Amino acid sequence: MNVVIAKAETGPGLRSILAIPRGRLPGAGRVAEVRRQAFDAYAHAGLPHRRIEEWKYTDLRALMREVLPLAPIPDVAALDRAREALASAAMQGAQKLVLVDGVFAPELSDIGALGADVSVRTLRDILENAGLEAPADLLLTNISDVMVSLNTAMATDGIVIGVADGAAPVAPIQIIHVAVASKASAFTRSHVRIGNGARATLVESFVAAGAARGYQVHDAVIVSVGDEAQLEHVRLMADASDAVNITSDIITIGARSKLNLFNMTRGGAVSRFQGFIKMAGEGSELSANGVNLLKGTQHGDTTLVVDHAVPHCTSREVFRAVLDDRAHSVFQGRIIVRPGAQKTDGKMMTRALLLSDESEADNKPELEIFADDVTCGHGATSGALDETLLFYLRARGLSEKEAQALLIQAFVGEAIEQIGNDELREFASSLAQHWLEARA
Amino acid sequence: MPLLEVKNLQVRVEEREILHGLTLTVNVGEIHAIMGPNGSGKSTLSHVIAGKPGYEVTGGEILFRGENLLEMAPDERAAKGVFLAFQYPVEIPGVATMTFLRTALNAQRKARGESEYSTPDFLRKVREVAKSLNIPQDMLKRGVNVGFSGGEKKRNEVLQMALFEPSLCILDEMDSGLDIDALRIAADGVNALRSPDRGMIVITHYQRLLNYIVPDVVHVMSRGRVVKSGGKDLALELEASGYAQFDDAA
Repeated sequence: MNVVIAKAETGPGLRSILAIPRGRLPGAGRVAEVRRQAFDAYAHAGLPHRRIEEWKYTDLRALMREVLPLAPIPDVAALDRAREALASAAMQGAQKLVLVDGVFAPELSDIGALGADVSVRTLRDILENAGLEAPADLLLTNISDVMVSLNTAMATDGIVIGVADGAAPVAPIQIIHVAVASKASAFTRSHVRIGNGARATLVESFVAAGAARGYQVHDAVIVSVGDEAQLEHVRLMADASDAVNITSDIITIGARSKLNLFNMTRGGAVSRFQGFIKMAGEGSELSANGVNLLKGTQHGDTTLVVDHAVPHCTSREVFRAVLDDRAHSVFQGRIIVRPGAQKTDGKMMTRALLLSDESEADNKPELEIFADDVTCGHGATSGALDETLLFYLRARGLSEKEAQALLIQAFVGEAIEQIGNDELREFASSLAQHWLEARA
Repeated sequence: MPLLEVKNLQVRVEEREILHGLTLTVNVGEIHAIMGPNGSGKSTLSHVIAGKPGYEVTGGEILFRGENLLEMAPDERAAKGVFLAFQYPVEIPGVATMTFLRTALNAQRKARGESEYSTPDFLRKVREVAKSLNIPQDMLKRGVNVGFSGGEKKRNEVLQMALFEPSLCILDEMDSGLDIDALRIAADGVNALRSPDRGMIVITHYQRLLNYIVPDVVHVMSRGRVVKSGGKDLALELEASGYAQFDDAA
């Protein structure tokens, strides 16, 4: 019998949590109680490791070792550095909301430009100003995951966005996380509520200001998509090459709605994007796609849990990884079909392109089906570039690098082309192009 | 100076010798047909000229306008003017035909130190050639050869040939998988490219293609060598008598 000893890590992060200055963690009363319980849950389990099935391929005890202390509240110099980083991260035409080291930066955000049917508040504002009445459910989730618990305990700020019923803001809303402090952690918890019949585009970007090194990003976003609503949600992760990024998206989709989710991971030494997506209303469609572009010793994990709780929903997952050097990509895709969720149609396809002998791709599809009239399927491949295709291109005059770049671009294009918004698709495509050019 | 000189070429694939001292000279303005049974080494010859990996040249040489072709990477050969029309053109999903054509053309021009084509000039040229080959515009927007019929794939090869204007065209079994109408369109495209500045090698199993693309010289290959050369009538003789006689001779 294996005895798993849930040894809690005792790095400086955990110790320092006890010494967090008053006011860094907003919320009193019930909120403080929720935080304490979440912290206890984390302290009991510690960082997840390889014997926790969900974290089998991403052993945070080995990869990240400890949780770093909270980053200080950014000062004027830090905000100036963040401003420089925004130049390349901000999308043209988007309304940007900027979090610097886990603290909302109104001076860098376009908060005034949002229309009347889009409400924006900060998590800190709501938790602090509602006093003992503060809605603790901004921190509660129904997900049992230790890194979500840690986020619940430690979230310093975040953005709470509401798109009114029937509203369709034209400009994408872009949340940009900028890391400025080195060797420190930022914890954010955001909420996005898309009203019934509303349509919106949400971009979330993660970048480092020039000299930020060795930092940790802990983010969680709770999304609720109403009935007959549409959300395009694109995540672009470009953290510093020695940073850690652990992000959880917890999403609920209403009836006859559409969610188009896309994640691109280019940065970070260790990253995990975990999406928990619940199909809670009938007749809805989910398209969840992603690209990992990794080199050096980068470790990038995309884990999606799609929960078909009701009948007549469709889910599609297209995931691509391009791996060079000793990079390691993980894709875990679980599709759950609950009893009675008949006529569920769920498919996932994951493919990895290994550009070097030492790169590694782990694909773990899981289907848990408890209904008998469903269509579910998955496929996974990994391999090198096709020599026949390479020769054809070279025989037409393309150099080896050009031929590889064109084929890689096409390979990731199968996932990128799932993005519905034209500008976002172009933007994501150009980011992939830059990655390829930097490689060559 | 001849356009292409293949001298006593010996080639192995995985320890097995496929070409045992093949010699062939092609001058500009000439069309050479290479005929022969399956396994005689016709496609190997075309692959080695184009620079496909996996072949080991153990003897002999290939000169292109006097330069050692075997020392060049496949893309350098393309830029110098060597073009292989593939027997089985590959499908490349996710790479739009137009993007591919433009990238390839500009890569070749850049390698030759020429300026890149401007967009209007490029589009005009592609449209013009596509129209003459009966290639619809929407085909150019699709992934390279994705969902193309056999005939469309071969026409796409001829389209590239017309666009890149190579000085040596090698057509590897262009007739395979084509019905008579598709063959006629492709052959018309090739004939339009006949020029005093260009040489061609037409590799085929059957005489039929040579009714449409009439060669100046016909070579018969058997067991890795050219065993007989003659005028265009040689192809007709072969059609009547078959390849068996050369198997005995080889």
